Amino acid sequence: MKYMLLIYLEEDALDESERQACYVESTQLAHDLHDQGKYLSANPLHPTVSATSVRVREGKRLVTDGPFAETREQLGGYFLVDAADLDEAIAIAARIPMARRGTVEVRPVIDISGLPGR
Amino acid sequence: MSESQADRTTSACTRETVESLYRTESRRVLATLIRLLGDLDHAEEALHEAFRAALEQWPRDGLPANPRAWLVSTGRFKAIDGIRRNARFDALDDVAEQVDALADERSALDDESVEDDRLRLIFTCCHPALAAEAQVAMTLREVCGLTTEEIARAFLTSAPTLAQRIVRAKNKIRTARIPYAVPERPELPQRLDSVLRVIYLVFNEGYSASGGTSLTRHDLSAEAIRLARLLAQLLPEAEVLGLLALMLLHESRRAARATPQGDVILLTEQDRSLWDRAQIGEGIALVERALQAQSPGPYTVQAAIAAVHARATSADATDWGRIVALYDLLLRLEPSPVVELNRAVAVAMHSGPEAGLALVEAILARGELTGYHLAHATRADLYRRLGRREEATTAYRQALALTQQEPERRFLQRRLDELGGG
Repeated sequence: MKYMLLIYLEEDALDESERQACYVESTQLAHDLHDQGKYLSANPLHPTVSATSVRVREGKRLVTDGPFAETREQLGGYFLVDAADLDEAIAIAARIPMARRGTVEVRPVIDISGLPGR
Repeated sequence: MSESQADRTTSACTRETVESLYRTESRRVLATLIRLLGDLDHAEEALHEAFRAALEQWPRDGLPANPRAWLVSTGRFKAIDGIRRNARFDALDDVAEQVDALADERSALDDESVEDDRLRLIFTCCHPALAAEAQVAMTLREVCGLTTEEIARAFLTSAPTLAQRIVRAKNKIRTARIPYAVPERPELPQRLDSVLRVIYLVFNEGYSASGGTSLTRHDLSAEAIRLARLLAQLLPEAEVLGLLALMLLHESRRAARATPQGDVILLTEQDRSLWDRAQIGEGIALVERALQAQSPGPYTVQAAIAAVHARATSADATDWGRIVALYDLLLRLEPSPVVELNRAVAVAMHSGPEAGLALVEAILARGELTGYHLAHATRADLYRRLGRREEATTAYRQALALTQQEPERRFLQRRLDELGGG
């Protein structure tokens, strides 16, 4: 079963060297998960100053600067993993370095048929 | 089954037997069916089908040699039957797979795996990924077998609200795939905390309340003790024994802690001849076992405090020095201003009201517990014992303004009246 692990944190929580250390640790985690056949994908995201929100209403495209919601903690990256059950997904989430600073939200993924690549 | 046994099984007797078996076995059968069927709702349905079949067949054919095994396999068979019946709605391959999975599952009716199933059910219902109030509702519903109406009444909520809470929890168990498993060793202490918290919450809901529904609420305490006994038998970790001891020692004072009119009687003023000696004996023995662990946990330490009280013939004869020392230990394990307040009360008993008062004032000066009526009631009591009537009156009034609970209010008002400060 697939789980999306969404990483939320305050955007200025890390200085540059901490960010680099986080990337190194996350990359190692991705490799560990890959070796166990549990890794699907993972990426950090640029800060919300670079975010653009898009809505289409009555056929009209509304494009605005900024994230969907202005909150203190923002989505900063994700892991998409294949885990046996919620306990395993929670155990992986707890290994994400940012779980020690921010919050990792664990969401089960709906498997729909007809998507490319399977 | 022998002929003569079957002969002796009359219809009326067996109906009673089925009913009594339902009470003693239905939770075990359910727990095993959940494992075999992989789904709570299917398992509940299968459980009811199995008991319906038992009511039909046992009076006619006699009691099977192993009723529990009969109920589990009948329930499983009915579930497989149900899947086959719905087959035309599903892809045939899926059905074959489902039925194979169910039929394959042979493991498993020995006593050990059945007991493991009950433990799995407890851990699933108390999974921290479920909302706290859903954990309580699920545990009472699935592990204890209380009806939704009974739980709603005990928690003073409406049955529909509670039913919805349970439906949501079941959906989350299914959708997020919360496993039906006892956690692995590294996770066990934390997960056990969650189970113990649920049990203690159920107990306190039944213990601290007063008022019209006292009967059902008393049942909640008994249910919590029953759950802890079950857990202590399945997983005799020190903190499980500690919690069971703590609840037994509290429960032992039930008859002494209020007047027939429902007025609060403080521990120091209770008639100790009303304390339940059997519960005290069992509680103390459990504390002693739990204290043998390398590092006692917070429930064990609280139980040890309750045991010191239980051993004393009067408030004056209590070993307050030991109680203060146990509170010191508890504060290290679980720092909290409420524990500090309780420690201050013990210090006042051990070293005099002035020493206790200084500690209470220090807590309040930090801005903590200022809205907690018991902090002011404690301060008031200490002033009263020091003969400082004006300060005592003011503090009792502050406490009164902060509590809604009727028996507490009557108690505080009585103290105020005694001071002549009405």
